[in-house]
Parts: sequence; C-alpha cells; structure tokens
Amino acid sequence: MGSQDVKLLNFLLSPVGRRVEWALKLKGVDYEYIEEDIFNKSNLLLELNPVHKKVPVLVHGQKSMAESLIILEYIDETWKQYPLLPHHPYQRALARFWAKLSDELALGAWRAMVRRGDEREKVLKEAIEVMEKIEQLIKGNKFFGGNNIGYLDLAFGWITCWLPVWEEIGSMQVLDPLKCPSISSWKIHFLNHPIIKDNLPPRDQMISYCHRRIEEFYSTHHAY
Amino acid sequence: MADQVILLDFWPSPFGMRLRIALAEKGIEFEYREEDLRNKSPLLLQMNPIHKKIPVLVHNGKPICESLIAVQYIDEVWNHKSPLLPSDPYQRSQARFWADYVDKKIYDAGRNIWTKKGEEQEAAKKEFIDALKLLEQELGDKTYFGGDKLGFVDVALIPFYTWFKGYETFGNFIVEKECPKFIAWAKRCMQIESVSKSLPDQEKVYEFIVDIRKKIGIE
Repeated sequence: MGSQDVKLLNFLLSPVGRRVEWALKLKGVDYEYIEEDIFNKSNLLLELNPVHKKVPVLVHGQKSMAESLIILEYIDETWKQYPLLPHHPYQRALARFWAKLSDELALGAWRAMVRRGDEREKVLKEAIEVMEKIEQLIKGNKFFGGNNIGYLDLAFGWITCWLPVWEEIGSMQVLDPLKCPSISSWKIHFLNHPIIKDNLPPRDQMISYCHRRIEEFYSTHHAY
Repeated sequence: MADQVILLDFWPSPFGMRLRIALAEKGIEFEYREEDLRNKSPLLLQMNPIHKKIPVLVHNGKPICESLIAVQYIDEVWNHKSPLLPSDPYQRSQARFWADYVDKKIYDAGRNIWTKKGEEQEAAKKEFIDALKLLEQELGDKTYFGGDKLGFVDVALIPFYTWFKGYETFGNFIVEKECPKFIAWAKRCMQIESVSKSLPDQEKVYEFIVDIRKKIGIE
C-alpha cells in the first residue's frame, strides 16, 4: 500500500481531526495532509463528505471516509502495527462507549464556553460530573490504553490541549486538578509522548478561532 | 458453562429493538426484562450508572450500553453465524458511518414530527424525508443495506419503521408516497423471521404514542 495513497483532509485546529493524525503517526503511516478552511469549504470537501460536509476525511486510494472515531477503527484494521483498540470484545465495547461519551463531553464543554446564564450553568455542571467519572476510569493507569497510548487516549486527547483554552475563554473550570489527579497525570504523559508533543495545535490560533465562533453564534442567535 | 444473556429493554424503544433483532439473528437465547422507565430497576441503575438508559445488554454479569455498540459486541462475540458487519475494513467503515447517520438524523426528526406543531413540525418532516431519501440512495439496487442479507445498517434502521404510523398520522404525510423504495426495503426486512418476531406492531406503537402525547399534554 503506497504512502502516496493516503490523504487526510483536515482543519489545523480540529480536535477530532488531530486524533486521526496522531493515529497515522503512531502507526508510522505516511500521508498527504490537505488543510481545509472550514469557513470557506472547498469543492473537494463537499465532494468527499457530501453528507456532513465536515473534516476530517481520510482518503485511502479510491476510498474516502468520514467521522473521526470511525476513521480510527479503519486505520486500526488496515495497519496492524501499534494496535489502538483492545483485543477483547468486551474491552472494545467499553472503549467505544467511553469514546462516544468523550465526544458528548467535548460538545458539552464547548457549549459551556459559548453559552450564558442558566443554560451555561447546566451544561457546565453536567460536564464536570462526566469528567469525575472519567477520573475513575483512568485511576491507576498511565494511559487509558494501559502502558501505551490507545484509541481511548486519542479520543480523550482534546482534554489536554483544547479544553484548557476553552476553560480560559469561558472563565470556567471543567477539569479540577484536585478532584481529578489521575487525569492531570495522564495529561502530562500524553503531552510528553514523542509523537504527540510534536503534533499539537497553535494556542494563539485556537484562541482567535474560539472568539470567532462565539461571535458567529451570537450574531445568529439574538438574545431577547 | 452456558452464557447468561439478559436484555434490559422497553418494548417501544427502537434502540432496544436493534438488540432483539441482533440476538435473534444469531440464535442467542436471552432473558428479556421489561423496564418501567418511571421506576427503573436497581439492576438498570447499576448496569448503566452514567446514562441510566435502556437498552443494556448484560452478558455473564457484564453490561454493554449504547445500542450500536452492543450490536457490534454481539457480532464480535457470536461470530459463528449471520455476520452483521462486513469483513472488509472499508465496507465496515461505511456500515458504521450509515448507522451513525441513522442515529444522528432519524430519531430526533421523527420525535419532532409527533411532538411539535406548525413550522417546527414541517421542518422536522422535511429533515426526516430528506434523510430517508439519502438512505434510499445509499441502498441503491441492493436488497438490504448489508447486500444479500441483513446487515448492521438494516438492524440499526428497521426498528424506526414500527413508528411510521405515528409519524404519518401526526405529521399528516405518507412515507410511501415520498420514499417508495424505502418502504419496499422495510417490507423485505419484515419478511425476515428474526426481524418480524422481534418488532412490535405499528398499531401498538401508535397507541403508545397517542398515550404519551396525552400524558405530556399535546392535543
């Protein structure tokens, strides 16, 4: 399988797109990176993901696929080195369950950053509760995948880099280091991993991106 | 030692129906337990402490939550017959994508059809029909989404067919007029024993919806 065969259509600041890059790099798979301006979507994106019109999209030969967690499974099934998902079906089911919850949590944390008033308080409270459950999940382990980064670490990766930015902009705390010391430890291990630490989004651009999305939200949702 | 399989479920739930079909397809014996959602059992709260929702598959005491995740689990553990997911990684990614699409589009749009009125209802109807048309396109000339036999997407989608009388009555439209291929596919699925014996009657589900509407105060 030629490395020229693999292309990734992504947006620099997307947490879910970054998961796919991490997976490809952990497995040592060469790929062509194509940056997408999500404020001005290309014809290529609309052609490759007509259903959702979103990044990331992985193209392998003539085949294209969307949805980051689904792409991770494809990558794991196609390139067998450095396995990402656990071997046993029950452990796999658990990993998939928590990865789905991770995406719901990310959406909740994002909303807590953007929204205001009662709505924000409600979403923030829910996010904090879920974070505390994740703390129970990782207790005693270096990574969610055990000794190595795995599928679930990649799914939770947004907590390491994106969440701190959202917390700052939203003047909120979703991850309390005192209540979640294991997650805080995990963050450090994750960010220090040789593949991860050279592959992180630029903070200043993340901040301006968030502000732009917030402005956009309030210009289309008029407060009354 | 024999497997112990329990399904915690609620009869009109399309998500629970997915598991009933998957278990039937594989010929797995299981104990069906009906949950009263206003009075959830201690077992349900223990097995799904995070969401406290059905369906939950309990296999030898261990819970698997989220219907599509549980269907994949069933497919992986009981892999001796009736594979639901294809073996090719790309085909698997496509099956997962479309099952995920069903999850994102069908339930919410359908729910809005029987709970809302006016513009909101019209928007929901359009969203629902557009989604069915896209699924028709994906089906193409195949007998089932899984090809010659029932697959992952078929199992994910067919349960919603039991809610159609409800959607059509309260939304005032006929799915067959808009999406005849979809209805033809649904009828083919209903010919399969594991499907027909696992699904409740559209009439029963319709009565359930009428009842709920009264309870939540929609006239």
